[in-house]
Amino acid sequence: MKFDVLGRLAQLGQFVLGHIQSIGRSGIFLFLAIFSRASFKNKGELLIRQLYNVGVLSLIIVTVSGLFIGMVLALQGYSILVSYGSEGAVGQLVALSLVRELGPVVTALLFAGRAGSALTAEIGLMKATEQLSSMEMIGVDPLKRVIAPRFWAGVISMPLLAAIFNLVGILGGSMVGVDWLGIYEGSFWTGMQQSVDFIDDVGNGMVKSLVFGIVVTWIAVFQGYDATPTSEGISRATTRTVVYSSLAVLGLDFILTAVMFGEL
Amino acid sequence: MRMRTVEISVGAFMLAGMLALVAMAVKVSGLTTSGSGETYELTAYFDNTGSLKPRAKISMAGVTIGKIKRVELDKDSYMAKVVMGIDSKVDNIPIDSTAAIVTAGLLGEQFISISIGGDDIYLQNGERFEDTQSALILEELIGKFLLGSVGKDN
Repeated sequence: MKFDVLGRLAQLGQFVLGHIQSIGRSGIFLFLAIFSRASFKNKGELLIRQLYNVGVLSLIIVTVSGLFIGMVLALQGYSILVSYGSEGAVGQLVALSLVRELGPVVTALLFAGRAGSALTAEIGLMKATEQLSSMEMIGVDPLKRVIAPRFWAGVISMPLLAAIFNLVGILGGSMVGVDWLGIYEGSFWTGMQQSVDFIDDVGNGMVKSLVFGIVVTWIAVFQGYDATPTSEGISRATTRTVVYSSLAVLGLDFILTAVMFGEL
Repeated sequence: MRMRTVEISVGAFMLAGMLALVAMAVKVSGLTTSGSGETYELTAYFDNTGSLKPRAKISMAGVTIGKIKRVELDKDSYMAKVVMGIDSKVDNIPIDSTAAIVTAGLLGEQFISISIGGDDIYLQNGERFEDTQSALILEELIGKFLLGSVGKDN
């Protein structure tokens, strides 16, 4: 009996230590990937290729989601606000909720699903097929050659995607609100312009999406690099990327919101 | 050749992102690049500004002629000092005009409406409206009605 308790305790200790170790490893990993100067010539080309994979290919899902979320917000806001006779505030509602919250968060979740999982699977497969170790063997650091351009591409793409998401969402909201439901165009846009501040709302939203971009891409590339080099390991790593980055985004969003907008 | 299409689409993506930010700055947050040279400042003192906020509009005969720059408390008189930036094209506001805080609709945002006076002398940069009318606070009004003091005040 006593032996069993100790065994459980050891298991718990192993679990905790394993997780702390992996956090530490991921920190060192990120540091090495970012702060090492790449020596090969075509690093711009590598970055552009990754920007295409990570950013441009995520554009469609981000645009479509943004459009529909903006349209739904306008529809829902209208159905409630019209009973108070203040349907002019729909523009304000759509813009503030998109710019402050939904834009960064939903883009980050979509990004984790669309681009993050792809990054993990790609890097994991590179590891499983020993491409990473053969790179090391010919004297190319895979951190610089494989990880760094993917990481930077994610960090750069995320705020841009969020900005596009916001704009498309607001345009979708104005399409539903102004063109279909007949809200007066002037009050829709002026209400929005008076309540949205560029630094406090748009700027903070962009800071959020930058933070999310760093976190999601970091998790994605690390999970790929750290994956068990088997097909099962890659599938697990991909799942972990989506789960961890979604949780991290939602948790960080609360903290960032509390710091930026709240009185905590 | 394939690399070229990738490069072009990445460039277009970057450009679209930047343009989205600029569009948000201009269209959504109403950030304008108009310098201070195009407006001149007028001030007005109010007993109560209600929920008047910076960047709210200033209208004359229903037409927007400027924006509110600052709302601050004047420590000496305990009144709210509102600094307005008026379009310099509108340089003929008579000195006895009235600035009133009004509400767009029952629950809408508040702004300042200027009623024209009849004087020949016009307000210059930095001068103040002598005649002002504070914000209508709905709760105070209801309270007065409940106490039956609306008729007695006047």
